[in-house]
Amino acid sequence: MPNILELKNISYSYHNLHGETQALRNISFGVGEGEFVAIVGPSGCGKTTLLSIIAGLLAPEQGTILVNNPDGSLRYPKIGYMLQRDHLFEWRTVYRNVTLGLEIHRQLTPDRLQKVDRLLEEYGLDKFRDKRPSELSGGMKQRAALIRTLALEPQLLLLDEPFSALDYQTRLMVSADICHLIREAGKTMIIITHDLAEAISLADRIIVLSGRPATVRTEMPVRLTLKDDSPLAARNAPEFQDYFTRLWEDLTHED
Amino acid sequence: MKTERRTLTRQEEFVRQHRRHHYLIAAWRILLFVLFLALWEISADTGRIDSFFFSSPSRVVLCLAEQIRTNSMLFHIGITLYETIVSFLLVFLCSLAAATVLWYSPKLSEILEPYLVVLNSLPKSALAPLFIVWLGTGTRTIIVAGMSVAIFGSVISFFTGFQQVDGEKVTLIYTLGGHRRDAFFKVILPGSVPILLSTAKVNIGLALVGVIIGEFLAARRGLGYLIIYGSQVFRLDMVITSIIVLCVIALLFYKSIQFIEHQIKIRFKM
Repeated sequence: MPNILELKNISYSYHNLHGETQALRNISFGVGEGEFVAIVGPSGCGKTTLLSIIAGLLAPEQGTILVNNPDGSLRYPKIGYMLQRDHLFEWRTVYRNVTLGLEIHRQLTPDRLQKVDRLLEEYGLDKFRDKRPSELSGGMKQRAALIRTLALEPQLLLLDEPFSALDYQTRLMVSADICHLIREAGKTMIIITHDLAEAISLADRIIVLSGRPATVRTEMPVRLTLKDDSPLAARNAPEFQDYFTRLWEDLTHED
Repeated sequence: MKTERRTLTRQEEFVRQHRRHHYLIAAWRILLFVLFLALWEISADTGRIDSFFFSSPSRVVLCLAEQIRTNSMLFHIGITLYETIVSFLLVFLCSLAAATVLWYSPKLSEILEPYLVVLNSLPKSALAPLFIVWLGTGTRTIIVAGMSVAIFGSVISFFTGFQQVDGEKVTLIYTLGGHRRDAFFKVILPGSVPILLSTAKVNIGLALVGVIIGEFLAARRGLGYLIIYGSQVFRLDMVITSIIVLCVIALLFYKSIQFIEHQIKIRFKM
């Protein structure tokens, strides 16, 4: 599996008049095409900073992000970013929300819109296209937010605790649902979460960060023997408890 | 008709109580107004207050009829309405433009902040004499006086409204590959519509205040002129009639902005 993204010694600090706070120190890891990577770490360790750097919203102070496209080109992969909340705009209909990215890129072309229509239909949202976001359920909103991201046809999806605003029960269903849809769409994904069970059930590999300044503590590949892809099946897999314990030890261990 | 006497369901009971509440409020409002008029009229007729100084409802009506007949009142009302609406619209457009520039340039807004605060707290009537010297005594001066009262507060309200829009929504625009311009037109502006409307409601009243101040000092027409003229020639009926007409105008302005607000809310299902 070729890596579509390779982080090399990324460091980043925040500055204010009282001094400098290092958030990230020498972070290096690669992400293979089609791979699902979860990043876990203590809260406030700089996970969101790391994601912002990968997304290009922040420039790293040191280090490089290497891109190795399958076709050998050096173009930065197209990135879709899902924030902690869905941020669907209430003054727009669901349809005009999901086409927002295309509108910004002035790409409201028939074939792009056709793709959006197909996604709306597949995700069961076509009945709601002229409704307002407040008329959707929590899970529907996340699906709409996913369509908004996928409409721009990103290769790499970044999810920053995208389900943290949902209640626990909805969260179990929606996180499994959304990740299933992303896998079906054949995308690569990096997800930040503080929920270890969520990380184990969704990811192919888990990267554990240390407390501030964040460094990569361990990388742990995950293989679960699954009966089906329900969120419960992953949590009932025989290996689950073992992964959980190892993650817990990595996270709480202080060097 | 068996069902006629059936007991109401909880829902019907609720609807009925809700309606009753509204009728009650409306009834009290009208009653208060009628009581005030009656008290005023009776006190004037029985000589408890001097109707030369305090007028009376009947004298106001007579005065209004006479003023309309001599064709001056409608003209003065029209002038004041025109000046107020023009200065209101100019305030809205100018402060929207200014707040937009301030939002685009955080550096500029930081530099200008103390100036805006000072200009906003300055009593604007103090500027009116200057406007007269600079611009003469015409409609232009009155409109500028009307604008001066509302504009600085309006810029500050709009700009504060822009800043209060959820920063993560702006981040969303950036994650979708948008620029500051997209953030403004897709998030900041539509997200600030409620604040634009509530500020507009305040502004229309302030523009009226400014126009009347301007007319006091520098006009030969308009309700402000009528009030000053009436007080100078001791025709207090004319003064009080003009003030009552002003009350009606203020109410109509407020109601029309409220109507526009309502229409926008329906249109965008806010």
